[in-house]
Amino acid sequence: MRHTLTLSLALGLALIAAPALTAQQGPDRTKAPVLGPAPSLRLPPIVKRTLTNGLPVWIVEMHKVPLVDVTLVVKSGSSSDPIAKYGLANLTADMLDEGAGTRTALDIADAIAFLGGSLRTSSDWDSSVVNLHLPVSKLDDGLGVMSDVALRPTMLGTEFERMRKTRLTSILQGRDNASTLAAMAFSKALYSGNHRYGAPAGGTETSVTEFNVADLKAFHAKVFQPSNAQLIVVGDITAASIMPKLEKQFGLWKNTAPVAKVTLPAAQPAGPRTVYLVNKAGAAQSQIRIGLVGVARSTPDFYTLDVVNTILGGSFTSRLNQNLREVHGYAYGASSSFSMRQSAGPFQAAAGVQTDKTTEALKEFFKELDAIREPISAAELARGKNYQALGYPRSFETLSGMASELVSMAVYGLPETFFNEYVPKVQAVTAAQAQAAAQKYIQPDRFAIVVVGDLSKIEKSIRDANFATVKVLTVDEVVK
Amino acid sequence: MLGALVSVPLGAHQSAPKAINVPYNMFTLKNGLTVILHEDHSVPVASVNVWYKVGSADEKPGRTGFAHLFEHLMFEGSGHVKEGDFDNFLEAAGGSNNASTSNDVTDYYIDVPSNAIDLALFLESDRLAYLLDVVTPAMVDGQRDVVKNERRQSYENAPYGMAEVRIPEILYPKNHPYHWPVVGYMEDLTAASAEDVKDFFRRFYTPSNAVVAIAGDFNSAELRKRIEYWFADVKPGPSAPPIEVPPVEITKVIKESMTDQVQLPRLYLTWLTPREMSPGDAELDVVANVLAGGKTSRLYKRLVYDMQVAQNVSAAQDSNQLGSQFRITVTPKPSADAPELALDKLKTIIDEELQKLKDTPPTDREMQRVMNGLESTFYSQMERVNGQARQLNSYFAKTGNPDYFNEDLARYRALSANDISAAARRWLPADKRLEFSVLPAAKK
Repeated sequence: MRHTLTLSLALGLALIAAPALTAQQGPDRTKAPVLGPAPSLRLPPIVKRTLTNGLPVWIVEMHKVPLVDVTLVVKSGSSSDPIAKYGLANLTADMLDEGAGTRTALDIADAIAFLGGSLRTSSDWDSSVVNLHLPVSKLDDGLGVMSDVALRPTMLGTEFERMRKTRLTSILQGRDNASTLAAMAFSKALYSGNHRYGAPAGGTETSVTEFNVADLKAFHAKVFQPSNAQLIVVGDITAASIMPKLEKQFGLWKNTAPVAKVTLPAAQPAGPRTVYLVNKAGAAQSQIRIGLVGVARSTPDFYTLDVVNTILGGSFTSRLNQNLREVHGYAYGASSSFSMRQSAGPFQAAAGVQTDKTTEALKEFFKELDAIREPISAAELARGKNYQALGYPRSFETLSGMASELVSMAVYGLPETFFNEYVPKVQAVTAAQAQAAAQKYIQPDRFAIVVVGDLSKIEKSIRDANFATVKVLTVDEVVK
Repeated sequence: MLGALVSVPLGAHQSAPKAINVPYNMFTLKNGLTVILHEDHSVPVASVNVWYKVGSADEKPGRTGFAHLFEHLMFEGSGHVKEGDFDNFLEAAGGSNNASTSNDVTDYYIDVPSNAIDLALFLESDRLAYLLDVVTPAMVDGQRDVVKNERRQSYENAPYGMAEVRIPEILYPKNHPYHWPVVGYMEDLTAASAEDVKDFFRRFYTPSNAVVAIAGDFNSAELRKRIEYWFADVKPGPSAPPIEVPPVEITKVIKESMTDQVQLPRLYLTWLTPREMSPGDAELDVVANVLAGGKTSRLYKRLVYDMQVAQNVSAAQDSNQLGSQFRITVTPKPSADAPELALDKLKTIIDEELQKLKDTPPTDREMQRVMNGLESTFYSQMERVNGQARQLNSYFAKTGNPDYFNEDLARYRALSANDISAAARRWLPADKRLEFSVLPAAKK
């Protein structure tokens, strides 16, 4: 497309001096430019208030766009599911906006869409969340719908059956997806014996049929209480303007009984290293997951593991990505992560690799997972720390980003100083600490290794490589 | 119903809408590079967005996927940046980067803390001036393998993924630049050579074919000097030649299906529609929203909520420079029906709803709901400097005006309910479209 350039003088361009250099001189490209000091994190204050019923409220003013983001976070999630009723917390969250107060599911959707906003209900392992995001001019109307949804869900049986049918269909469709199957097989391998983390948060084909709408109502009544919840407001508001509105919509909400804190049992100790194979006929890639039970969010090694993981598989220049993608070209990308929850979640390394290089790719994974236990060079350590620490301010750029950081703080009881301590604590991690943490938490002889791919093409080669005992799982065994 | 008789423009019920103002500086360097700067001091970060007017539509037959493969090579080092150092330098400064290739454009970004903008300028200018100093056959081989794995992961091994490759092949004739997939064909990726890279670079990676938009925490006057410094040795080059587009039209119902390893079938109804920003484009965006934007939209409510015969349904006007596609996609819930029958039943209901929309304009409330949603989306785009820089570049490419926000909204506000029905009648005929199905492969 052709276009005519026009010069905007609005910002006083006319005052800008003539270019300092002409084209003939050219820049100095002999080395990368030396950068000035990194800007420090400038966070707006968190204003902490309480409603008359004791519900804590955190408020952060951000005035860049005329939007507001309100989150009610309840500190119970899928970890609170009763045995055999896995998926209960998740479906409870899903049902909140399917009818509430005097509104039907369609009334709620229509009201929020008409306000030009969104109202999302969701749950995670350790929390359930109702989130309202809309233009600040529509806040009063939005908050009315939000409090109905969070506090007064109707939970009609007919709506529940509709949602259950949708969920079962989603679970069925999970069979199509090699990544989904790999994730399920991996969780199951790490958390045996009915441990909650062994099944998906959304439940299984079997578990989702094991509860009914009465279970949802009971679960909601049990965990949705002011003493187990918190409000987080971020956006183009002030504390003075928002508090009366919150008091009106949430102030009359009463506690009924104390909410017991759920502590999941420790995962059973890992057995010997095992390879689990799942067949996906004709697959162009094999989905690989390798790892073991990792750490809880409360780990004293939080910052050290953040740095170790960045170097291993948490960034583009990480060892796994460089090896599997850049050096060998076996994969579009490779990564690793520690999933930190109230209890110890999984550590995993992951990639989708081309079918004919599956065994070679596994060898490279093992090479890197051994090597991370060796000393890390000063330059690599510095890059990993800087990537995490200097990139940290971007987490707070949007209302949703800020809200998400505050939700974590609330759910995991992090100290108020956490945001300001993050950068110095990451920067303080030493090479010795990194190596010690890698050796403690990344134990190759205890790995569960999951490969979902075309077994007619990969099984023999994997068996011949003698990585570990090999077990073949059917798709039914994985998803049931 | 009121809306059936009286046609009210979208904005009519609103108090005077708040204007979105995105002040910017724009200037052009001697070598032809256009620069757009927007200051935003709310967080100490900046985003450098470089928009090259080249996409898969510029590719030659036998070298499909090349624009995207080339995008990958842009991260592998340049004359003064060793292989790997592009990312090493940025990560060490707390930065991140990525790029995307579409039919029409290749769009790169580098997000950095505000102290590292100079590093981003060094890297962007070096690869624009000196990429060819380092390109080797081995480097092309390396990224060829990566891109092939991207294709395997995103299309071949993804449920329904190959439908995205097949549908454009049916819609557009072989000589149309939208016929082939952006990711390309495997054999063409295999054939790509270092010589192709050099030729492509010289034709498309020139200052007059690129626009740099930077948003973030900086002083524009000072930053302009740094841009002039870093891009001073980038030599001028040609602008990309205009693309020849053969006329394309669907004149009947085209039916085709493919099988995939999926549990449930899926139906895609597709029409060829007006290109981005041209008359009909905004109307069809509204049509898509009325049909399938949210739980109260007509198709979602009927198929997913009321009848519970579909797992999901979506509709979208996918706007592109040389022409657009309007697509309705629907997946049935499991049932006793044969897959073909299940899809036929859904198609019948979709056609009923389409006919209703053609016969009767949307209600005022439907129109207002769509408009309110659009306005929120505009604000959300402006939250991050990355989104700001990208949007400035996108508007500039499409309209010549980086701050086209209000004009873009005005496009929608000017629409009446009758316009929406008229667009549905004009552009979404039931007897001229592609009806594409994905059917579950027989169980082994």
